[in-house]
Amino acid sequence: MKGDPTIDRLLQRLHGGDPRALARAITLVEDQQPEAAQLLAGLDRKRIEDVLVFGLTGPPGAGKSTLTGALITALRKRDYRVGIIAIDPSSPISGGALLGDRIRMMEHALDREVVVRSMATRGRLGGLCASAGAAARIMAASGCRVVILETVGIGQSEMDIVRLADLTALVLAPGFGDDIQAMKAGILEVADLLVVNKADQPGSGKLQLEMATVFADPKEREERICATVANEGTGVATLLDRIFTLEREFRSNDQLQARRKRSFQLETLDWAVEIVKADLQGKLKTTTFTSTEPRQAAMELVKGIGKGI
Amino acid sequence: MKYRVLIGKPGLDGHDRGAKFIARALRDAGFEVIYTGIRRTPAEIAAAAVQEDVAAVGLSSMSGAHLRLFPAVVDALAQAGANDIPVLGGGIIPAQDVETMRKAGIRAIFTPGTPVETIISAFTEACKQQRGHEVK
Repeated sequence: MKGDPTIDRLLQRLHGGDPRALARAITLVEDQQPEAAQLLAGLDRKRIEDVLVFGLTGPPGAGKSTLTGALITALRKRDYRVGIIAIDPSSPISGGALLGDRIRMMEHALDREVVVRSMATRGRLGGLCASAGAAARIMAASGCRVVILETVGIGQSEMDIVRLADLTALVLAPGFGDDIQAMKAGILEVADLLVVNKADQPGSGKLQLEMATVFADPKEREERICATVANEGTGVATLLDRIFTLEREFRSNDQLQARRKRSFQLETLDWAVEIVKADLQGKLKTTTFTSTEPRQAAMELVKGIGKGI
Repeated sequence: MKYRVLIGKPGLDGHDRGAKFIARALRDAGFEVIYTGIRRTPAEIAAAAVQEDVAAVGLSSMSGAHLRLFPAVVDALAQAGANDIPVLGGGIIPAQDVETMRKAGIRAIFTPGTPVETIISAFTEACKQQRGHEVK
């Protein structure tokens, strides 16, 4: 396959850290343009290998964006280039979205070493993993040492996003009550770190005690639970130290490799479904079904798919 | 595929009801709207517009500083290598300023009482032209 020279130029600029090229590359992938394949194949693999994709999730109002802003400050103090992908839901009715996470990170707006991208879920069950994963690799290829994936931690698609990350933190704040009970079942199991944000507020101690019950081992309890006051920056340097300690651990015991393999499978499946879906939608219009039952009609529809790919 | 737009308020004016109203109206019309909040500098708005790869920027001003601030955003976009991103503006803007703003490179100005449909179709047109193709 002969490469499109425009994409080669885009790649060159992107690897040099050009903000416009970087943003344009993410759009190509997000809009699933055909050029995306060549673009993604041309990314610097070494940089992708070295990046840490850090997932930050939690209920609305827990302070995820504020904490992300504080983490950016801490990462910049250590002179790391950082990327942020902030994911918010699209409206199921209009398909539009209001993306406001940036407001909490505007103090970094003029820092060229901080790349922020807002992304809407676009109502896809899948697809989002493909876009977000690719965006993270594009940011990595532009030189980001850490990419933060920030998402509301409720629902299936968000859980998938969490699985894309090399390492995940769940952010909670005092005063959420039953929400936390409900979350314990699912997301607590996949979170590597538990962050109690707004730790200066009443109820923080109780929440930290509740979180402690998740870990049986006292040493692990100590290492995996962090208290922060994100808007003051309190506890954020410690959180970052823990993140990097865990990263070193995961890199040395091959856990990171195992997680990347899992996210590779997740993303590959996601892309495949997107590709096949287009094929099926075309076939749907031209097929005369013998069955009126959708379950049976589906069998007829999938027969012989992918031939034209 | 979606049109992505940025809605922001440059300068010290904190009256954001209009900006938020437009942001919601555009969302309800199917746009992905990046809202950057109040009290932003023109350079911050331009940097955010580039990073988010938006097809248009919408500005709101209620305090009378539009003559200085709206063109400053146009300049900041040009400096960021993004003079292809159109800028639209609205708010408390006297009729006699509209022509001055147009000449300064603002694509459209919406004065009080403009129907929201007019604003949405102006954004749609601006985005379509910037992207060079139509998006559903």
